[in-house]
Amino acid sequence: MAKVVVKNLHKNFGDLEVLKGIDLEVQDGEVVCLIGPSGSGKSTFLRCLNKLEEATDGTIIVDGFDIMDRNADINKIRENIGMVFQQFNLFPHLTVGKNIKLAPVDRKRLTEEEAEKTARKLLETVGLAEKYDEYPANLSGGQQQRVAIARALAMKPDIMLFDEPTSALDPEMVGEVLNVMKKLAEQGMTMVVVTHEMGFAREVADRVIFMDGGYIVEQGTPEEVFGNPQNKRTQDFLNMVL
Amino acid sequence: MSLYELYAESFPKLIAGLGITIELTVVSLIIAIILGMITCFFKISKFKILKAIATIYVDIIRGTPLIIQAYFLFFGITAALKFTMGNFTAGVIVLSLNAGAYLSEIFRSGINAVNKGQMEAARSLGLPYHKAMTKVILPQAIRIVIPSVANQFIITLKDTSIISVIGAPELMKASNLIVSRNFKAFEIYGFTAVMYFIVIFSLTKILGVLERRLSNGKGSR
Repeated sequence: MAKVVVKNLHKNFGDLEVLKGIDLEVQDGEVVCLIGPSGSGKSTFLRCLNKLEEATDGTIIVDGFDIMDRNADINKIRENIGMVFQQFNLFPHLTVGKNIKLAPVDRKRLTEEEAEKTARKLLETVGLAEKYDEYPANLSGGQQQRVAIARALAMKPDIMLFDEPTSALDPEMVGEVLNVMKKLAEQGMTMVVVTHEMGFAREVADRVIFMDGGYIVEQGTPEEVFGNPQNKRTQDFLNMVL
Repeated sequence: MSLYELYAESFPKLIAGLGITIELTVVSLIIAIILGMITCFFKISKFKILKAIATIYVDIIRGTPLIIQAYFLFFGITAALKFTMGNFTAGVIVLSLNAGAYLSEIFRSGINAVNKGQMEAARSLGLPYHKAMTKVILPQAIRIVIPSVANQFIITLKDTSIISVIGAPELMKASNLIVSRNFKAFEIYGFTAVMYFIVIFSLTKILGVLERRLSNGKGSR
């Protein structure tokens, strides 16, 4: 079953049309990487998938739920869609542990004790077991982003969205975050990743999608897109970044 | 009359006045905080009518002097609607309306100052708007606004002196009454100023400690 079904998605910001008809399906367990120049609409597209941006027109079905349905309980739907942001967005007034526990406890997915166990286990998975009681400000960027991933995972989402998760990191910290994402992909998580890390896309993605000017210009396996790009714009872009 | 006798006679009256001043301040600020929060949420709400009500209220208060507000309520409205109002009550109403308007703007700027990624992260985890607000945005906003709120507390304490114009027996009024009887303006007004200063200075110190307590340690940046 497809985890994400998007048909003819349009998004306007005022008079500016940012997405000009996107069609995409993401299968269960698939890792899809979105690449493309800035301003191509990749992030906007990703943010439409959990309604952080409201699409102007089209169909978006995530995890079987119709996102465009005004009567749909968007909070319920979002519980199943984890999201990781470029700027981490950890809650600075809460410890790492509380950052992770907040949503699962509040949404009654887990009791306080279960949440604590989950939080500790997740921190161990991302290699930060000893940071449970730290505040985010005392963590490096890479550590913060790994906590952000753990926080999203604590809701046991069916799908994870990553919005340029390594773009705000110092170069030496990019690897640790990508490794966590790679592990997640290997465990079979359905992932949609907006990234500038071509190495990651090449190695981990099942499918690479090149976006430009609000359209999906080209898509295929990493071998196809990176090895033998068909479209002129894809070729130009890859020549510039690789 | 010696200076000692002058102060011995005036002091109890001034202290009584100071008591009223503090009472006026505390009661007004408690109401103002609640009023300010409600107004702030009106202003950031999606409903145009609530937004308009809040905007008009804040604009009127900001656009008119406190003294005319006091006169208008205590003499104007009571005359037009043919009822009487105690001057303490009138004072509380005017001061709370005033501080409430300014506090609402302070609260709003505090909420706006929290990075918008915080709301997005909270919502993306499935938290409804009000939960994201109370658990994520407000705790951060409160820390941001504490210095401005403390400042508003002090302004309101000083503004109580203006309430003397409608006869509330607070410190300024008490001081005026004494001077009108013995013409010792230098001694009495000077002493009154010192009293205000001591109270406000102490309040500044207390608020300063509170501010440091709240922003220290706990993962502040």
